[in-house]
Amino acid sequence: MAMLQSKSHASAFPRFLLATSLLLLAASLSHAQTKNSCLDCHSALPAQLGVTQEQFSHDVHEQKGLTCVSCHGGDASSDDPAQAMSRKAGWKGPIERRQIPQLCGSCHSNPDFMRRYNPGLRTDQLAQYHTSVHGKRLAAGDSKVAVCTDCHGVHDLRAPNDPQSTVYATNVAKTCSHCHSDAHYMAGYKIPTDQYAKYTTSVHSQELMVRGDLSAPTCTTCHGNHGAAPPGVASVPQVCSTCHVFQAQMYEKSSHKVAFDSAKLPGCVVCHENHAIAHPTDAKLGTGPEAVCMQCHTPGDQCDQAREQILSQLTQLNSAIKAADQQLALAEASGMEVSEARLGQNEARDALTKARVAVHSFQVKEVSANVQAGLKTANKDLAAGQQAMVERNHRRIGLGLSLLAIAIVLPGLWLYIGKIEK
Amino acid sequence: MTVLQNVGNWLSERLEWEELIAPLKKKTVPRHRLSYWYFLGGITLFLFIIQVLTGILLLLYYRPGASEAFESVQYIMTQVQFGWLIRSIHSWSANLMIFTAFAHMFSVLFLKAYRKPRELTWVTGVVLLVLVMGFGFSGYLLPWNTLAFFATKVGTDIAGQVPLIGHPIMVFLRGGEEVTGATLTRFFGFHVAVLPGLVFLLLVIHLLFVQRQGMSVPPSVEKEWKENPAARRELKFFPNFALRELMAWYVGLGVLGALAALFPWNLGVKADLFASAPAGIKPEWYFLFMFQALKLIPSKIWFMDGEVVGILTFALAGLLWMLLPFFESDRKARSQQWITGISVFALVFVITMSVYGYVAK
Amino acid sequence: MATSEHQLPKIKGPSATTLPRRGFVEALLGAGFLATAAAFIYPVLRYFVPPQAVDPGGDSVVAAKVGDLKPNSGKIFRFGSRPGLLIQSADGQYRAMSAVCTHLSCTVQYRPDLKEVWCACHNGKYGLDGRNISGPPPRPLQAYDVQVRGDEIYVSRRREG
Repeated sequence: MAMLQSKSHASAFPRFLLATSLLLLAASLSHAQTKNSCLDCHSALPAQLGVTQEQFSHDVHEQKGLTCVSCHGGDASSDDPAQAMSRKAGWKGPIERRQIPQLCGSCHSNPDFMRRYNPGLRTDQLAQYHTSVHGKRLAAGDSKVAVCTDCHGVHDLRAPNDPQSTVYATNVAKTCSHCHSDAHYMAGYKIPTDQYAKYTTSVHSQELMVRGDLSAPTCTTCHGNHGAAPPGVASVPQVCSTCHVFQAQMYEKSSHKVAFDSAKLPGCVVCHENHAIAHPTDAKLGTGPEAVCMQCHTPGDQCDQAREQILSQLTQLNSAIKAADQQLALAEASGMEVSEARLGQNEARDALTKARVAVHSFQVKEVSANVQAGLKTANKDLAAGQQAMVERNHRRIGLGLSLLAIAIVLPGLWLYIGKIEK
Repeated sequence: MTVLQNVGNWLSERLEWEELIAPLKKKTVPRHRLSYWYFLGGITLFLFIIQVLTGILLLLYYRPGASEAFESVQYIMTQVQFGWLIRSIHSWSANLMIFTAFAHMFSVLFLKAYRKPRELTWVTGVVLLVLVMGFGFSGYLLPWNTLAFFATKVGTDIAGQVPLIGHPIMVFLRGGEEVTGATLTRFFGFHVAVLPGLVFLLLVIHLLFVQRQGMSVPPSVEKEWKENPAARRELKFFPNFALRELMAWYVGLGVLGALAALFPWNLGVKADLFASAPAGIKPEWYFLFMFQALKLIPSKIWFMDGEVVGILTFALAGLLWMLLPFFESDRKARSQQWITGISVFALVFVITMSVYGYVAK
Repeated sequence: MATSEHQLPKIKGPSATTLPRRGFVEALLGAGFLATAAAFIYPVLRYFVPPQAVDPGGDSVVAAKVGDLKPNSGKIFRFGSRPGLLIQSADGQYRAMSAVCTHLSCTVQYRPDLKEVWCACHNGKYGLDGRNISGPPPRPLQAYDVQVRGDEIYVSRRREG
């Protein structure tokens, strides 16, 4: 749901909130007199049956004016448990796991109903759920799979844009891992349980968790949320291209696309992995332990030669940038102003990034064009740094001459004073 | 030589300067083992002159204003020929001047040169020191870089802590509630018009006092001379002392040139009003002792805000410091030692706090 | 300064017998003064000469000439130390904004097919007023003011407040 509530909804939200809060104010005035006897008992009951007023107050449904009765039925105005929880009064009894999606869907899949509370919210969650692996298994009688409340929580269910919500972007991975990292729980399903551990090492997790970039992908970004399922082998590049547009465009036109498709290999994942997607380095193109090309290619063939050319070009630009950086740092340490060249270095770095993106075309000439542009800038910056050092030497010569002049005056004055005081 | 003499005669007939410089010719400087300290005031004056000259030169290219100040200083540093030299000298000389002014003050204190009849010379001197620090504070902001921006923010904030008058002072300094381009315009005005005017006026008074009263002789030397009048020695101010002072100025010039050429003053990064403050913001070194002392004061003292107590204490201490000569009595009593004790304490305090502030994170 | 000495340096005048030729000291001093004066005046004179490079002139730059841009196209220009993007929209209006993506600082571009500003790095999109529309960008691009004076298009930073 976090993913569904895009920015445009978020901006419309306050206005909507104002409108609904007026409606709800009217509603709550009548509610206020109505008694909620459920919490009187259940707030004192132990864990499984216990719900406190404090917990429930965080629940988005409570905030919109819904009560226990809205989901559980019964008569909250009666203090007598037998009357309050009587089938006659509409009490639904303990809700079974397998009934939960249907129960939530009774409101959330009803556009007419949802429009009264949040017209922007989608109403296809249940339909999507039925297409998910979770939903299909539930239908087949497996009640171990996730239902709505497993991810969203229950009784203190917060809106997905609340940072404390279990489905807030930064909490999603943890929420999924409750089941998917539990080897014992997942034992019967024959799928790995190390996804979460791997994901936390990935560049995506770094961006999301460490840098706090909420747009960085988490589990649901690639797998879907209500319709969660592994993306098929064929759709991997499509999924990645949602963000990595250029890489995908180049890959689509490349020879690897043809080869991977015919071998039924999952595109991007072949070189970058799926969950443990590390920040790529040039070493991937090398022959060391991180190298990927040579896992399939034969040393010395045409492709290996291209690989080597691409790698050497990238390395060349990288070291040219480093050399210029060093030269500029040296000039700066001597107090020279080289901010212009420093600015140029950003351009050179941009070119290196572009060249690295161009690797996905697997064409030497595509990479080369960017590398050459970068080299030109980096070399210009290097020259600027060297020029600054030459200039520094000029300054020192000037200083030397001036000090020499002063060195003439001082003894001159000394002698002169001596002379007049004689 | 004759041409020069003719011109000199011609001018002297019209200006009658012989009369003007007569007191200078008569003036003598006591000559003793502590005479070296007499140079410090002169060196400070020399550095001030350098400041005026380089400051005027910088005005040719500098432009105040949040959108232009940084760029114009960058332009001076990179594009204008010898711009780097002029600006570096201005910055280095500013720092050296504040240092020599401090040294001058403490030398006067320890040599007891502030005694009657020189109380007013001391008072004008202390005011001059405050004004010079004002020069430093206002000038620091002018390049409009990040460090200066935040240092100004913190500095004016401290001024704003003073009860009652603090807030109006802060608004007056900032030209608003916040440090913005308006502050820069204001500081520029202070730096190139208000402060130079005040300093010039006070400097003239200060120097007139020195001329009228002559140089003070330290008590220990005075005592020796009283016991043995034959040991009394004097040096003619002009040209004998002046030439020696000139040598000192030349050395100062060399040092300035070397510092500027070997360690050009850097420019930093342009101030961004919306950026968060970088860690470890510190003021210029000459404010460091106050800054650090304020940091060490507990946040609450009795019922008052610790920082406010600190600021008021500094203000009071500054005032008493300025009036110090009036506490000196003619009787050779404990009071003399008392003042020396205070002076030593002040010097140790300033040095310790500055070093601590420099080292502390 | 050393205080151990008991007097100001008492300069020992060269005795009459060892005195150099009468003018030597004056000549030395004169030469020294001239040399230092030169060392002083030369940089100052050079300082007076306006440099070749044009003064950046604050926050206003000429981003392009009228006619450089076709309707529905964009151009990257240098704005201070960072790139800016000048756009002529399909209806002929000029707009300018920072070209530094607010996500990871890539340089954005104008996409005539989308009629939007687009960042190639992670598919971020902005409206023509710089507002972030979709994709990762967390904030809008900073919009600049555009003025056409004569045949030059000036771009300047929006005034504070």
